[in-house]
Amino acid sequence: MRNAPRSEDIASAIRRRVFEHAMRNNGGYLSQACSAAEQLAFLYNEALTLGPSTMPMIPPPFGGVPSAQNPDYVTGAGYNGPAAPEYDRLFIAPAHYALVAYACLIEVGRMAPEGLEMFNQDGSSVEMIGAEHSPGMEVHNGTLGIGLSTAAGLAWGRKRRGERGEVCVFMSDGEVQEGQTWEAVQAATHHEIGNLWALMDVNRQQCDGAMDDVMKVGDIATKLRNFGAVVAEVDAHDLDALRQAKATPHDGQPLIILAHSSPTKGMDFLMRRFPRLHYVRFKTAQERDEMNIAIARELGIDPIVLEDH
Amino acid sequence: MEMVNRPYASAFEAYAVQHPEVLCLSADLTSSCEIDGFRDRHPDQFLSLGMAEQNMLSFAGGLGLAGFRPFIHSFGVFLYRRPYDQLMASIAYPRRKVRLMGFLPGITTPGGMTHQAIEDISVMRTIPNMTVLEAGDATEVESIVAEADTVDGPVYCRILRGSVPRLFNTPLRIGQMRVLAEGDDVLVVTAGIATEEAMRARAALDAAGVAVRHLHLSTLKPFDAAQIVEHAASVRHGVVTLENHLVAGGVGSMVAEALAEAGLARKLVRLGLQDTYAHGGSKPYLMRYYGLDALSLVRAVERVTGQETGITEEALCAVRVDAVHSAVKAEAL
Repeated sequence: MRNAPRSEDIASAIRRRVFEHAMRNNGGYLSQACSAAEQLAFLYNEALTLGPSTMPMIPPPFGGVPSAQNPDYVTGAGYNGPAAPEYDRLFIAPAHYALVAYACLIEVGRMAPEGLEMFNQDGSSVEMIGAEHSPGMEVHNGTLGIGLSTAAGLAWGRKRRGERGEVCVFMSDGEVQEGQTWEAVQAATHHEIGNLWALMDVNRQQCDGAMDDVMKVGDIATKLRNFGAVVAEVDAHDLDALRQAKATPHDGQPLIILAHSSPTKGMDFLMRRFPRLHYVRFKTAQERDEMNIAIARELGIDPIVLEDH
Repeated sequence: MEMVNRPYASAFEAYAVQHPEVLCLSADLTSSCEIDGFRDRHPDQFLSLGMAEQNMLSFAGGLGLAGFRPFIHSFGVFLYRRPYDQLMASIAYPRRKVRLMGFLPGITTPGGMTHQAIEDISVMRTIPNMTVLEAGDATEVESIVAEADTVDGPVYCRILRGSVPRLFNTPLRIGQMRVLAEGDDVLVVTAGIATEEAMRARAALDAAGVAVRHLHLSTLKPFDAAQIVEHAASVRHGVVTLENHLVAGGVGSMVAEALAEAGLARKLVRLGLQDTYAHGGSKPYLMRYYGLDALSLVRAVERVTGQETGITEEALCAVRVDAVHSAVKAEAL
């Protein structure tokens, strides 16, 4: 028996925390919590070998951007533990999942709940679109498609150094619309970067709506395999399936797990918004109250107590 | 004048083999960037990344994160136009020690618009954390490799390839401009291949009684505005800049900004590409066509002094340019 918390419970807690935050702040990236909660819980709670956080539980304020005049600059990577040879590294490629990633950091004990109160506040490092200096982030991924390339370079370097730790990228399926993603896969397979793996949230949604309406991408798995990657496909909300997928042999080649997810998992009430799920705002107080009651019921909690608005 | 064949090839190899954390990256222009011999002799230190510059730049950022110092080789234009976002997010912002080796700067390629990096200095110098260097002769090409690798952050270098004249006998040093002449009539500021042209013009101008003060810049960022202003203040008539680049955003702009910020009023003529693309052709043809040559410089000096020199194209062709020896004073930043 494991004494550690179950990833299933962490996933539920992530959804609850993101929901509460969205209710209190008149909107948020709710759908990303629905689709990715199990995936992030799986990464932090099981899949990744990470050392203890080197950063304070309550995130420091924004400390300036990297420059020759800012020698004390640090990234947010310390929340994932030290960059030691034996530890894995994680990039959150879709940086707009930051709210969900921060909630995960809280649930796995790497950040204090107060950290989320700083979300999107002026002068805070807990930025809306995860920046390098935001908790749990190590590189800028705000422009989609650059994460996998950067990770491939880091993984190549770590392999060259004989480091045991792997490099993992949490990706979004919208990124396969970017040409750079395919350049990255072809480079990773050409150079046999087998210490690289990715977990892709395949929720079939993007900013403008359903991907099939915005830009069809076809069969992602077949395309990735044709580029040389080893691909596993799973139900994103089935943790046993995620565990099995992670164990897929991929000797000498990158592994990409396509986690087919529901963008409303755990909050089916959001289907009323489909396909505009990217960022959920409330148009009226009545709508917010309605959603508060309905989704709280789905999540098994009391409605969030809201201040007057 | 001594001509040196492929100075980059030998300088890079000599340096890289001594520094295992240096990696040689190429995007399918390996022989065009003179690293084919290195690839063949040191395959373990060479990474082929194919025709995929967006990935290459982010990948290089990842290598930098892993503690390596990648030297990226391509034509200068391919290092920033298509992969500008990757240059910003994966290299410049996080200050990765990536060395961007840009071959065929400006009109040194017959490849036309798609191959000619005519706004690279303008782009690169506005990027925070970026250092910008430009080689003007074989000695500077040879010394730019080790010098660039001392930069604590990313650096973009304009590299000359093939048969390159040797003008200087002291190495390129970051932050040091070369004072090639100390006349007090007109200040001429040049970089890259423009310097050889200016040396040709200077010899003729000397003979015509115009005393030129000539500065050669190999560090374009950080830009030593104070030194420029000091030199500009010491000449009688004004300043002419000549560059293998658009005048907007390049050396001409930098000098103008320096003079304006110092409140120093001097007539300024900026030679280079004047808000135009170039087309494909030989280097001498293009330099003449776009007014980047010695004759154009002479005419610009005449505009600044208000006096015709009588110098003809034939007179300029007859000028012999000798290597600059130890009389050259390198000034610290």
